[in-house]
Amino acid sequence: MIRSIKKYLTSSSTRRGIIAVIIFLLFWEICSRFHLWFGVQVPWIGKIPAPTSVVQAWIPLLDDAGYWSNWYLSAKRVFSGFLFAMLIGIPFGLILAINRTAYGIIFPTFEVLRPIPPLAWVPASIIFWPTAEMSIAFVTFLGAFYTIVINVLGGAQSIDQRYFQAAKSMGSSQWDIFKRIVLPGTVPSIAVGAAVGMGITWEVVVAAEMISGGGSQSGGSGGGLGFFIWNSYLGGSYQQIVVGMISIGIAGYISSAIIRSIGEYFTPWTRR
Amino acid sequence: MKTRGQIRIKDVVKIYDPEGAAVMAVDHCSLEIAAGEICMIVGPSGCGKTTLLNAIAGFHSINGGSIHLDGEMLCGPGKQKASPGSDRIVVFQNGALFPWKNVIDNVTFGPVMQGKLSLAEAKDKARSMMADAGLSGIENNFPGELSSGVRRRVEIVRALMNDPAVLLLDEPYRALDSLTKSVMHESLLDIYDKNKVTIFFITHDLQEALFLGNKVAIMTSRPCKPKKVLTVDIPYPRNYSVVTDKRFRELMEETSEAVHEEAKKSFAAGEREG
Repeated sequence: MIRSIKKYLTSSSTRRGIIAVIIFLLFWEICSRFHLWFGVQVPWIGKIPAPTSVVQAWIPLLDDAGYWSNWYLSAKRVFSGFLFAMLIGIPFGLILAINRTAYGIIFPTFEVLRPIPPLAWVPASIIFWPTAEMSIAFVTFLGAFYTIVINVLGGAQSIDQRYFQAAKSMGSSQWDIFKRIVLPGTVPSIAVGAAVGMGITWEVVVAAEMISGGGSQSGGSGGGLGFFIWNSYLGGSYQQIVVGMISIGIAGYISSAIIRSIGEYFTPWTRR
Repeated sequence: MKTRGQIRIKDVVKIYDPEGAAVMAVDHCSLEIAAGEICMIVGPSGCGKTTLLNAIAGFHSINGGSIHLDGEMLCGPGKQKASPGSDRIVVFQNGALFPWKNVIDNVTFGPVMQGKLSLAEAKDKARSMMADAGLSGIENNFPGELSSGVRRRVEIVRALMNDPAVLLLDEPYRALDSLTKSVMHESLLDIYDKNKVTIFFITHDLQEALFLGNKVAIMTSRPCKPKKVLTVDIPYPRNYSVVTDKRFRELMEETSEAVHEEAKKSFAAGEREG
């Protein structure tokens, strides 16, 4: 474990990554400190607060329980929406894949609903669900749901015919074929769908929090990183907007890493 | 001496898309394979050899004729499609080891599914069969971690674990380089020597056919039926030096003309279709 961490830290691709981040920060710092370069205004990056002032705004927040509760609230919404999307999406996709009748009945409707962006559901779900908290969770759920279903369906349908034929020849029942061929054959696609779906839930939750005000007006608990950004914008604290943005970046990165390593745990045969 | 694995193919007809394009893949094909024989089916790509194999395995239906295994009808009048069973195991062109199962779980799959052996018994049997085939020490590897040659050998062991009457091999060595191929051939003959199972082997490689088979059926290009059936009178066990023998070369000369003819026909037909 320690050796692999050490190897990771000293590998050339890690070094390149670190150097790139430093160069980017330097570039950003310089651009935002000197608005005019040779008399020409630096485009958008010149208007963003410099990294050093962002860090200055960030440090007091690290001690602020309110800031961390925003993390907690967003993460809770993301993971609950994501979890429901997995719990409903995986069986749903599998049923579509193995049952022609179910596919014929459900898939057309599904395909019409799928292109509707989750955010287009925000007003309807605010009306429909009793609390803002539930409407945010619902929209988050939708963000991951379609991706997971499509991946499960595609994964199960693309399992090679040979595996079914071989299993049948060797005396497998229908249930055995489902359990030993369809399920494991779909797991890699589930892992991909989950990783992509996780990314989408973060995008969605932040926007949903901004739009619905984090649930504060409707008696919900309020807050969330999206709400934090919006509030900072309304309050004119541009440093905090950037703090919120980077926080989401970090949160999304950590979530994806968790999902990816869970996926790898369940698909040992795809490791190289 | 061997009583299992006699195949009688009689007047088999297979038409794809009978209501539409009506492509005749197999036309009144008849072939007798004795129990414990290696029968090599040689023909140009796309001639309908695999269609025949799929009919025996029970993956596809036929439109006429019948196929019997050891006197029992697999498919024929009143039963267009045979039921797949562990007495006829296919080794596929691209391999069908389950990528998500390690080698030992793949090899024990058949007997455990059929409830013939407990998992522990199956593992014991698998280990000894793999040791016989020179495949020790890889049981916990996933198929993706093995070379394609080793994968084919594991798949043949997996097939034999079912104690089949017939092994159906669909160009299993097609993707291998010629050096690996020659090793695979000798290992297949070695397995045959130990198990004496009937082998139905599809190939388009005449040398492979003559080296392995005691019966070689050269098929016509589509629709598929035997053009020439001959017996290779070179005794087993054979090793690779056979290919330079006088008798082997005589047989090559006798047959290569017929194979070449069909290849040309198939090529011309392909050009027309394209």
